[in-house]
Amino acid sequence: MAACSIEDVLAKAERDEAEKLKSISVHKELELEFDPGNLIAFDKNPTDTRAFKKQNKDAFLRSLARDNTQLLINELWKLPTERVEEVIVAKLPEPTTRLPREKPVPKPRPSTKWEEFAKLKGIQKKKKTNLVWDDVHKEWKRRWGYKRANDDTKEWLIEVPETADPNEDQFSKRIKAKKERVAKNELNRLRNIARGQKIKVPGVGLAPSDQQSKTELGKAIHVAKHSTASVGKFQGNLPKEKAPKNIGKKRQFQPLIGDFSVEKQKQLDLLNIMDSKKPRIDITKAVNKQMREEDRQSGFQKRKSSGKKGRKGNFSGKGTAKGKGKKGGPGGGGGKNRKPRMKQGKR
Amino acid sequence: MARLLRKLRKKSFNVCRVLPVRSACGFTWSAVWSKFGFKRKPKTKRSKRFLQGREPKLNENIKNAMLIKGGNANQTVTQALKDIYSLKKPNAVMYKKKNITRPFEDQTSLEFFSKKSDCSLFLFGSHNKKRPDNLVFGRMFDFHVLDMIELGIEKFVSLKDVKNSKFPEGTKPLLIFAGDSFETDNEHKKLKSLLIDFFRGPTVSCVRLAGLEHVLHITALDGKIYFRSYKALLKKSGCRTPRIELEDMGPSFDFTMRRTHLASDDLYKTAHRQPKALKPKKKKNVSHDVFGTKYGRLHMQKQDLARLQTRKMKGLKKRKGEKAEGEEVEATTAKKAKTQ
Repeated sequence: MAACSIEDVLAKAERDEAEKLKSISVHKELELEFDPGNLIAFDKNPTDTRAFKKQNKDAFLRSLARDNTQLLINELWKLPTERVEEVIVAKLPEPTTRLPREKPVPKPRPSTKWEEFAKLKGIQKKKKTNLVWDDVHKEWKRRWGYKRANDDTKEWLIEVPETADPNEDQFSKRIKAKKERVAKNELNRLRNIARGQKIKVPGVGLAPSDQQSKTELGKAIHVAKHSTASVGKFQGNLPKEKAPKNIGKKRQFQPLIGDFSVEKQKQLDLLNIMDSKKPRIDITKAVNKQMREEDRQSGFQKRKSSGKKGRKGNFSGKGTAKGKGKKGGPGGGGGKNRKPRMKQGKR
Repeated sequence: MARLLRKLRKKSFNVCRVLPVRSACGFTWSAVWSKFGFKRKPKTKRSKRFLQGREPKLNENIKNAMLIKGGNANQTVTQALKDIYSLKKPNAVMYKKKNITRPFEDQTSLEFFSKKSDCSLFLFGSHNKKRPDNLVFGRMFDFHVLDMIELGIEKFVSLKDVKNSKFPEGTKPLLIFAGDSFETDNEHKKLKSLLIDFFRGPTVSCVRLAGLEHVLHITALDGKIYFRSYKALLKKSGCRTPRIELEDMGPSFDFTMRRTHLASDDLYKTAHRQPKALKPKKKKNVSHDVFGTKYGRLHMQKQDLARLQTRKMKGLKKRKGEKAEGEEVEATTAKKAKTQ
């Protein structure tokens, strides 16, 4: 009796186990794909359309959903769990489904002039405290801003220095200096932004201010003069106008602490050039010079010859005059790198 | 802006020159400002934080959805929009008034709305004789329409009609897509991606296991798409994993695919591009084997075994008088050193 009962008990236990597992196991032909990071399951099994049509649609869909949800829950219960404030929480992995972003990837902010300089020199930012001890008021005040420590514009007594004019208002002088600093800071900030965004700030002479210096005016005149089609070649000067000084590109020098290998290479190249026996010729320049020389010669010859002819027999009056007028024009053919000749108008 | 420049004009400092508000060539700093899309600088810290929240970031915010009614939207469509709004509650904006636009013809008004309310998902509902009970699901990239899919509602059961207990809004749903057409057909693939984007909810690192109640099951069958929403009841089963019983809840739709407007492949590629900073950093020289043992790798220079630094036994040091013995002892000590 006992033996039978033991066997029965064991068999029953086995059946119970099977049932328990049955309740959560689902049979599918194709395994589902899971994305636990997003709590998503993809079921690729083709749906049984015949069964769908026979049955009540909702019931079929619900049973399908139940099976799929069971599988997804089984997958989620396999994840590592932890206890957070009396609640059991499963840690989700990274989501695997690739979805499009909402906005494009942010571009890094363009660096300011100071930041570039600091990077070049290797200057690190020093972290400063927020509050500074103010001895006058005997309390901690902020380093800058409203009600800051050591505010020199808020002093009630300022000693007039010996070198200063006794009638000058020192208080307003300090306030004015502060305002100028603020304005300068603001302008530099805007300039940094413009440089970062590569927006063209108007150059010389185009945005005139109240008082312009001699150099600035000179530069503006020079720019205006050379903004013609002939790049200022035929613009006349005023009676006593002198050519402006310091016009042209400012020389750019390499930084002192740069790329050592580059510097070394430059010096070696320079030495090589000095050593070499062959002269360095700029072919285009040479050819153009030659062409111009030839044209000049031919023009001179023509003038000479036509002039002689004219004096002797006065052959073709108008023709020669025309000939004189033209100066070698389009003749001679195009050279290799011939620069476009300027047509000379009536002089 | 103008105030600042007027102030700047009044000052005369030697270091830099002042730029006036209006100049001959028409250059203004305000033009510079508006080029970057700012209308005006934020005046308070709060507004600055608000604007920073809307900027593009590495880890993006959760996508908001805007639900818009078209020119003639009937009862079905309005109710459908309201139900989906309640499903997406904190991250959705419902536009109460009707907007007479046609998404497939003109997308400018949609783009304007999305810019104003910072929503990158939209759902537009309309109704006309040719296309009755129409819903257009769509999403934006950089405030321009990325793709739009039009679905027609064949059958609709609202939240109100199903008399069951509901769960709190904002629960992250379990999404299940069934049917092989979601893998094979291109339009269905895009629809799957769109629906995931729409109903996904916020990306979280951990989830409360008992709180997984909401199940959205989408089946593609016979050219139709069946959208069902259930409440999951976690029943006791013998083992740790519970048994699921589903209860019909929320809105259920029977959709048919109508028109689609999909973006070009390059636009999809640009939109899907993840910044390098987000890619997980590969941990080098660490490996795991089948049993889960963690192995590390060390890289060493070549060692000269003759000059290895080993333990010194002071007592066994060779002394001057003990040469003969010393040799034997040496041999034994050498062996000892090796075994140690």
